[in-house]
Amino acid sequence: MRDVAIVSFAQSNAECEVRNEVEILQPVSAEAVKASGLARDEIDFTCSGSSDWLQGQPFAFVMALDAVGSWPPIKESHVEQDGAWALYEAWVKIQTGEVDSALIYSFGKTSPGDIGQVQALQLDPYCVTPLWPDFDSVSAIQARVCLTAGVVTEKQMAQVAARSMPDACDNPNAVRKGEFSVEELLAKPYSASPLRDHDCPANSDGATAMVVVAGDRAKELCDRPVWIRGFDHRIDPPALGVRDLTRLPSAAVAAAKAGAVEDKIDFAEITAPYSHQEILLRREMGIGDDVRVNPSGGSLAAHTLMSCGLNRIGDAAMRIASGDGDRALAHAGQGPCLQQNLVIVLEGE
Amino acid sequence: MAERCAVIGVGQTQFDAKRIDVSMPGLLREAALRALEDAELTWKDIDAVIIGKAPDMFEGMMYPENYLADALGATGKPLLRVHTAGSVGGTTANVAFSMVTGGIHDRVLTVAWEKQSESNAMWGLTISPPFSVAVVAGAGGFFAPLVRTYMRRSGAPEDTGILVALKDRRNAIKNPYAHLKMPDITYEEIRDSMMLWDPIRYLESCPSSDGACAMVVSKEGLAGRTARKPAWVHGTSMRSEPVQFAKRDAVNPMSGRLAAKDLYRQAGIHDPRVEIDCIECYVPFSWFEPMWMETMGFADEGEGWKLVHDGTTALDGARPVNMSGGVLSSNAIGASGMCRYAEAANQVRGEAGEHQVDGAAIALGHAYGGGSQYFSMAVFGTEKP
Amino acid sequence: MGIRSGTAGVLVPPVEYDPQTAEALEDFVDVGPGGEVISYTWVSRPRPLQPLQRPFAYALIKLDGADSSLLHIVDVGGDAVKMEIGMRVAPRWKAERKGEITDIEAFVAEGEARPAPPVLGGDLRPVKSIITPVRLEYDFSAGREQSIFLRALATGKILGARSPGGDLVYVPPRGADPRTAEPTPELVEVSDKGTVVTYSIIRVPSENIDFELPYVCINVLLDGSDIPFFHVLQNCELDAVRLGMRVRAKWLPPDERVESVESIQYFEPIDEPDVPFEDFKEYC
Repeated sequence: MRDVAIVSFAQSNAECEVRNEVEILQPVSAEAVKASGLARDEIDFTCSGSSDWLQGQPFAFVMALDAVGSWPPIKESHVEQDGAWALYEAWVKIQTGEVDSALIYSFGKTSPGDIGQVQALQLDPYCVTPLWPDFDSVSAIQARVCLTAGVVTEKQMAQVAARSMPDACDNPNAVRKGEFSVEELLAKPYSASPLRDHDCPANSDGATAMVVVAGDRAKELCDRPVWIRGFDHRIDPPALGVRDLTRLPSAAVAAAKAGAVEDKIDFAEITAPYSHQEILLRREMGIGDDVRVNPSGGSLAAHTLMSCGLNRIGDAAMRIASGDGDRALAHAGQGPCLQQNLVIVLEGE
Repeated sequence: MAERCAVIGVGQTQFDAKRIDVSMPGLLREAALRALEDAELTWKDIDAVIIGKAPDMFEGMMYPENYLADALGATGKPLLRVHTAGSVGGTTANVAFSMVTGGIHDRVLTVAWEKQSESNAMWGLTISPPFSVAVVAGAGGFFAPLVRTYMRRSGAPEDTGILVALKDRRNAIKNPYAHLKMPDITYEEIRDSMMLWDPIRYLESCPSSDGACAMVVSKEGLAGRTARKPAWVHGTSMRSEPVQFAKRDAVNPMSGRLAAKDLYRQAGIHDPRVEIDCIECYVPFSWFEPMWMETMGFADEGEGWKLVHDGTTALDGARPVNMSGGVLSSNAIGASGMCRYAEAANQVRGEAGEHQVDGAAIALGHAYGGGSQYFSMAVFGTEKP
Repeated sequence: MGIRSGTAGVLVPPVEYDPQTAEALEDFVDVGPGGEVISYTWVSRPRPLQPLQRPFAYALIKLDGADSSLLHIVDVGGDAVKMEIGMRVAPRWKAERKGEITDIEAFVAEGEARPAPPVLGGDLRPVKSIITPVRLEYDFSAGREQSIFLRALATGKILGARSPGGDLVYVPPRGADPRTAEPTPELVEVSDKGTVVTYSIIRVPSENIDFELPYVCINVLLDGSDIPFFHVLQNCELDAVRLGMRVRAKWLPPDERVESVESIQYFEPIDEPDVPFEDFKEYC
């Protein structure tokens, strides 16, 4: 396996952006490229993640090429998934030896459309979509299964939120932040029982970009490259009524395959759009109670669909790069009730 | 490349306007099972699944691949979903190859598909971005002006498109999976068919199809275990460029030219006109055949049409193009690129049945997408690279 | 109905393929009609398209005889207190059934359910397809330069974005110069006259398009711009359409103009000499 390191990262998140996708992405991509120390045309491969449904038009990602520079023609690919999977494709491309560096980016605006309706399109088109449940409802059903099974308590859910939002105060990219006690949070009304507003993601608009480089070149470009030590992703079956909603087997397998438990981790950045999911993910991925989770505030602070997973990876990498930790687990998840999970293990030089 | 890889199984569905006999999962299964059977493997032997298709608005579902995880035996495995517009079938295969050449997996299943009858593909392709007037009626509306430019630049005879269509439609009769089969098709019938987007006629255009294509890709150590030959991947390439910028040549795009050059370099091909035996390339409107011949270096600029008129690209010609009937005969948009790769692979395996080119040892698969701005290509060979 | 799978028992709704082994499944089994609520969420403010427009619950219901749960809705008359894990429910059917999941209007407390009305025609015909209408509305942000461009159209002006080097003008503005990815903040006025660099005659209808068939779709390069864009040519005989012809925008009357490209209704020929192909061939 070739050693690949994250050498730069940039993101933008805002509750609602008046800029269009190209305008949001262009400065973020430019910033990541500049911070990498490489010129745009020195980066061998470009890979992105986005969804047509968020932009309300097919082939929407085509416009993004204007924002990142694709002339002279570039080697480029795109996944219709979170940017974390674009990073995976780029990492694999580097493993083949065909390229030595890559620019990864993703973007998404949740504000233009009705995200609840759009998400319902991810479900079984024959038997579930016609009922139009949004993800808050579907995730709430999962939460209640977990509460009934005693795997999670409402207090634990509130604790996740009560910890995330103050943490988010240090994160300039957070859209939801503040100081709340667990009691205050538990006193709030349900929005989609048993979930409350703060248990649900802080949907936002934004873009994210990252540059990765293979081998020793990474050491020439930055003081502390953040190496990718393990990388895997898996998917669980789709039918919500068939899955054991107290479990996320794909997260467990991905974490094991990525070698997460081989050595201690200093902190973790995970994609848990709903507070109960953080508790499930901790358990599945073997993250101990003593390990700090989501110092960035996570999805409860800012959840830019299509970028949120890449943001967790980037936030973790930047924290390691700044010296606040040596080894971290970062996770991305997507699909109804986190049907699909990706785990990456990062280690500072 | 770190590892060598080969296509050891190929499967396609019957392409048709509406495959209402199967659900979306059923459609993919049909192709995937055929590919597994061809490779003499089961779901358990596959390490990862790489899926590709064009915009989800063609099916009205978001992340349809998540819903399909069961159908493809992907539960508990990595599943990746590629989307690079029309070239996606090719790009998906390229990504699948790199999973193996990168040493990540030993055997992967890759499937590209479209069940566009479920939504409305014409609507999906009719670009009406916000703040713009909807004038471009489908892909044909976008590409017809480019064809007109090619005609003007090259001075090609006006019936070049008719000849290509005649060839592809006759070839399709020898392809059991093709959607459109017109055994009695004639030059006159094509010439007299309705002009849809002048200068492109109805019978010079691709259909809208439902269908899927699947391949099983294996690392070197696990290939060659059945009686059927593997198709060795000698090289792959991809290039993209912006859809519009000043003085962009959209007729003979730089990204297509560079992708071809890169491909030949990787595959050790010095003169494609001599070393490549046959080509499966993405021709949705018949005039694209001469255009792509120029882009890929099989003819000098402005002369691609000569290969059509002198019979070079015919099934029994010196360098056949689209032996399967091509995209003109079946176009499930997401699958079409992979069908080109699969058909090229089958040629070098000797598995192309009635449309086999005798002795084909090196074949090229090509896919393009967007506003002629995304290109994915691969070269397959009977021998190891 | 459910389907029996080797590994996971009876699955409802039936799935085509086993989630563990991927084998195709065919062994249908009757289940229900009653069942138990395994989980639910209360929807106090239903969204458009959702099955009921008064408060209801989405629920996972394990029907009698099934080993997996069905996701559907439960109607308890809008009173959240009545929802309980473990409560027994049964379907309330619509009077007319089409073979869709929404034939079950909602699940209700078992005591309140009535038997299913008979299927029209008396036999079970296979369902070939279902149609789920989808309507999604989006609020697009035009972005800074496009907004300026659109506002200018309302005043009868066409603006383009100048590339940072100053040598190229893009109409409409794209937010960034595609060759370099640099922003293009400077906007300049271009003419509303231009040259047809290529074209097509469209004879095939499409849902989103209003023009009468056949119509001429042109790529027009406005004087002062460096990229052509798609529009429509009118007031020209089809056999008079040619590469290099000169055209001008036909605007809506000033009081009807809007902040949209629709302020230009179409382009029409003007009496100026054709531009030779050599002079614009790089632009098409």
